[in-house]
Amino acid sequence: MGDYHNNQVLWTEILPGGHHWSGRIQKGAVLQLKSLGEHANVSLFCVNSDNKLERYNMPDTLKAQHTAYLTTGNILASDLGHAMVSIVKDDHGWNDTFCAPGTVQQIEQQFGRKSFQDARNDMYRSARESLLIEMTKFGLGTQDLSATVNLFSKVAPDDNGNLSYVKSDNTNQVIELRFEMDCLVFLSAAPHALDNGSEYAPADVQLSLFKALPLGNSDVCRDSCPQNQRAFQNNARYYALNLTA
Amino acid sequence: MTALTNLSNLVLSEVCPAGEAWMCEVKKGQYFRIVDLEGNQAVDTLFISASNPEERYSATDTLAINQQIYLEKGTALYTNFGNKIATIHDDNCGRHDTLGGACSCESNTVRYAHDKYPMHSCRNNYMTALSQHPIAKKHGLNVRHIGPNINFFMNVPVTSDGHLKFDDGISAPGKYVEIQAEMDLIVLISNCPQLNNPCNAYNPTKIQLIIREGEEA
Repeated sequence: MGDYHNNQVLWTEILPGGHHWSGRIQKGAVLQLKSLGEHANVSLFCVNSDNKLERYNMPDTLKAQHTAYLTTGNILASDLGHAMVSIVKDDHGWNDTFCAPGTVQQIEQQFGRKSFQDARNDMYRSARESLLIEMTKFGLGTQDLSATVNLFSKVAPDDNGNLSYVKSDNTNQVIELRFEMDCLVFLSAAPHALDNGSEYAPADVQLSLFKALPLGNSDVCRDSCPQNQRAFQNNARYYALNLTA
Repeated sequence: MTALTNLSNLVLSEVCPAGEAWMCEVKKGQYFRIVDLEGNQAVDTLFISASNPEERYSATDTLAINQQIYLEKGTALYTNFGNKIATIHDDNCGRHDTLGGACSCESNTVRYAHDKYPMHSCRNNYMTALSQHPIAKKHGLNVRHIGPNINFFMNVPVTSDGHLKFDDGISAPGKYVEIQAEMDLIVLISNCPQLNNPCNAYNPTKIQLIIREGEEA
């Protein structure tokens, strides 16, 4: 614990299973997500808080790092060639990038429907509608929502490209995201699009914020490939004045 | 070219030169064909609903709904609203990519080197079209409407352990793919100018675009 941050919690809160959250996370912060139950999913979308048109770009992220999923050592790249987020710790080992946030139709088909009138705050929510609620607070909408990273969820292809959802016990698994840009972050803890469970039971997730330690001579994400090094160099240009501050 | 053989009810047939942007509108039920005239040409393609541009082709919804990574004959293409936007009606290439996205000056700096920034790119083609093309202007399109695209004729295998590879194309001169529109749609294409990897066999070439009426028309 604490390899990439100083281990002093700046704030912590529970994101109850199925619920959603948004906020600004600054460059130099580490957001820790800890699954408090068996079966977690957190769909994440983020944009540059200073330029909301700059957003997480799934294809640019995948092709730069020659991977179809994200884990420790990977970055989330923006469509303008910047490193937005570094995954500095990942107990789960495979975070889905290409299955979109779960939709109302998918949730209803798999789990049925529970409205607020039926279940008050235990109503069934979908990741897509939840992310749109949070994004709309910041003036963003459907045209801005692109691919998400679906943390704690694994979807693996076979040799013919057929996808299957791989269930695992997420209890106490930790994922730590170090922010390389000031971002608006949108989270939903609703079930994954391909969750094939028999009941709607997404785990609660504990969010905690820490201050990142300065990057060392060899960094787990920046130096995992030359592509990431060049993305960090683009960040250094973007924040050029910060270097002399 | 042989591509026009046996095609009836033609609405449009145009050639897009190597490395350029191209747009058209396709009505529901019409067929839209892209012909790889000289082979191994990646065609970065976006489909956007003509009635509501907030609704567009979504690579991630398509993959999740189909539970399949590759696009091929018979594949339904879905929007970010979960609706069918088009179906791949005919294809003699075999497989198309939708994970690789479009190249850009910015991603080229990350993938290759900072001095690649001035090279022409698909995203620049998209920006050219968004800023100038009458169809983009008519529908009020802007950068917010650009999502992950389809790369027709591009071969990006994903291994079962999650590794993404960029292989030589499996296309060849005269190979084509044809979609049938499931709603009125806007087509935005970048005929990919990438010279840094084998997606165009290091030799971007021209493509042919054909619209024809559906059989019932």
